[in-house]
Amino acid sequence: MKRLLFASPVIVALVFGAFFLWGLNPERDPNSIPSVLISRPAPVFELPEVAGTGVPGFSNADLEGNDAPVIVNVFASWCVPCRAEHAVLTRLVAEEGVQLFGINYRDEPEDAARWLNELGNPYVRIGSDIDGRVGLDWGLTGVPETFIVGPDGTVLYKHIGPILGDVAIRNFTTALAQARQAGMT
Amino acid sequence: MIPELGQFALTLAFGFALVQSVLPMLGASRGNLLWMRSARATSLAQVAFTLVAFAALMRSFVVSDFTVLNVVENSHSLKPLLFKIAGTWGSHEGSLLLWVLILTVFGAGVSFFGTNISEGLRARTLSVQAWISVGFFSFMLFTSNPFERVFPPPADGQDLNPLLQDVGLAMHPPLLYFGYVGFSIVFSFAVAALIEGRVDAAWARWVRPWTLAAWISLTAGIAVGSWWAYYELGWGGWWFWDPVENVSFMPWLLGTALLHSAIVTEKRDAFKSWTILLAILTFSMSLLGTFIVRSGLLTSVHAFAVDPERGLYILWLLGISIGGSLLLFAWRAPALESGGLFRPISREAGLLVNNLLLASATGTVLFGTLYPLFIEALSGERLSVGPPFFNATFIPIMLPLVFVMAIGPFLSWKRADLAGVLQRLKFAAVLSGLTALVVWYLTEGGPVLAYLSLALAVWLLLATVMEWAGRIRFGEVPLREALRRAKNLPRAAHGMTMAHLGLAVAIVGFVGSTAWKSEEIVFVTPGTEISIAGFDVVYEGVERITGPNYVANRGTLVVERDGDYVTTLYPERRQYPVAQYSTTESSIRSTLAGDLYASLTEPANAEAEARGAWTLRILYEPLVNFIWIGSAMLVLGGGLSLSDRRLRIGAPRRSARRSAAAETPAE
Repeated sequence: MKRLLFASPVIVALVFGAFFLWGLNPERDPNSIPSVLISRPAPVFELPEVAGTGVPGFSNADLEGNDAPVIVNVFASWCVPCRAEHAVLTRLVAEEGVQLFGINYRDEPEDAARWLNELGNPYVRIGSDIDGRVGLDWGLTGVPETFIVGPDGTVLYKHIGPILGDVAIRNFTTALAQARQAGMT
Repeated sequence: MIPELGQFALTLAFGFALVQSVLPMLGASRGNLLWMRSARATSLAQVAFTLVAFAALMRSFVVSDFTVLNVVENSHSLKPLLFKIAGTWGSHEGSLLLWVLILTVFGAGVSFFGTNISEGLRARTLSVQAWISVGFFSFMLFTSNPFERVFPPPADGQDLNPLLQDVGLAMHPPLLYFGYVGFSIVFSFAVAALIEGRVDAAWARWVRPWTLAAWISLTAGIAVGSWWAYYELGWGGWWFWDPVENVSFMPWLLGTALLHSAIVTEKRDAFKSWTILLAILTFSMSLLGTFIVRSGLLTSVHAFAVDPERGLYILWLLGISIGGSLLLFAWRAPALESGGLFRPISREAGLLVNNLLLASATGTVLFGTLYPLFIEALSGERLSVGPPFFNATFIPIMLPLVFVMAIGPFLSWKRADLAGVLQRLKFAAVLSGLTALVVWYLTEGGPVLAYLSLALAVWLLLATVMEWAGRIRFGEVPLREALRRAKNLPRAAHGMTMAHLGLAVAIVGFVGSTAWKSEEIVFVTPGTEISIAGFDVVYEGVERITGPNYVANRGTLVVERDGDYVTTLYPERRQYPVAQYSTTESSIRSTLAGDLYASLTEPANAEAEARGAWTLRILYEPLVNFIWIGSAMLVLGGGLSLSDRRLRIGAPRRSARRSAAAETPAE
């Protein structure tokens, strides 16, 4: 009996440990709070082109009626994580053949153009959100952020922060695959 | 070059830790004095090389070396120097380096100042301490290298989270870690004692100063963190029962229990296995805190960049250290002889009640903190546990503790006369009841719990003062004699009085600022008038100002009371363009009676924004400063106790016995 009493702390600790091990499951994200935009139409907006990039601007109408889901990425030349994320997006476009739209958030057009000339331009269209008003409508919490928009113009998925690291890339590509599946049925 | 040097130093320190984890332990079991004493050199080498690594990282931050990834992610060339330095411990990797630095400092501390500790116990303790170092050095080197380079280096950094760019928060982590990690040495002492199979009064006496040092620091760290949250977050609260706050609070609660139970082990040779268990659990709570903050297990405002791989590594460290030590406890502790017997009414019993209540309080906080995880694991449901749970469970445990705390110091060891003590405290009881009634009459409205807590605070205050006055026989003997007695009283006695008074004072602050807080949230345009807690506040408008790495909108509020000018408040809303983050700089008019607290944010309402309005949040928090005063008294009390002759290193044993006798109440 006495032995059992003295052994009880280690037993309790083991039970806690089991819960912690479960809690570390990478699929589980206690911070995932669904965006208010998910499953709702993309906000209404119209953005002019970023001079010098060679691709047109776009509006919410361009996000509707596509054959497959598209990606909307919010970026800026002053944003260091965006630079790191750029390579991931370029590869995504090349490998998945997905259409990538860019919202250039609070950025000088010449800086953005220089940035894209240096790194390459994976975007089919880029809109200039120089005063950040459209970013606000998208419920932006920071830069970069990336959205998956379905063929009917509905926002299906939102990724906060750069898509970097195995876990984030896997989560994002999984979401994209699911969005495509949903589009086919 | 310098970062590589830092990394090299870190690797060397890891090597020395490996040696120290084996050699002194082996030496102690084989009686090889040379091996045992090797710990002195290796512990010094560990601290020296860790210091080199820490200095190297700090240098990279100070000179903004953007070839180091950690600097890129957490600094910016325009940041003020103080925050560049503080950036060193602002990230996961950097704070971990601070963590191991403190770990090695405590190890070296024991090997240099612990000269009165028996050779074998010291060698074993230092080996156990080195096991912990090995765990954390390897964790850093394998998963969280602070010196990782980035190529090509970016032109500038991403800036430290602006919320963390604050003097209070620059100080908060070092203090907190000193406390957190300081408990490691107590843990090492406990494990070493279990391996040795002997716990006696001397052991408790050796452990107490280290516990006290860690406790003081943790108290200060928590208080500073709470103060920071109060004025920086702009919510006007000082405690939110956030998981990360809770995990720093749990070691504090258990550390407090440990401080008290170690007294019983020292004076009466009792509570041995319980004291050992507390020593293990206190540090386990620190480790748990490190794990929760860094693994992203729970939702919190504090979490570092989260990586499941790191979490898994720490979980293994936790499993080995906590599981191993508790297993050792289950195996060896039943054999520990329990000493001195005592009656149900005695100082021992009083301290037992203290320990039981503190342990239950810790259990409550632990359960509340982890409950969302348990529920999610068992049923998949997501929920969060907030202040209502903690207020409903934690406070009812603490109130009896405060009640007993007032009586405890009057009780004598072995057997005490409770009726006599209560007789002496009649006056205090009547006065505290009266205070509650008067406050109730004056305030009209307020929860019953508030009046009860206030009465208990007064009760504790009076009883503590009376106990101290009784010791120096104030009023019974001439004043000069009483002062002489006060001078001769051991510092630990003064320390206890000060710390207990500090808690009473802090409770007044807790109650006042919770129960009688008033708050107004309004859209303001120039000329808007607001009345709050007897103050008339006029909003005059905002202006744009520019700081070193931010721009801000600063509002002007003129405060009057009964037509007389009181003060002008300037709350700010700052935007940090690089970090893409906004912070609230509240403006506070502080007096002992209460704080008038104003903060400004952009209106969430588009219509209000269109007409140039701002959201003004204005609060009156009565008595809130008593919290910080009380916390300072707790720290001061701990410091007084730590400076006591008995705890001083190398103090002769004889004096220890004499002051132990003086400890019993003068009746």
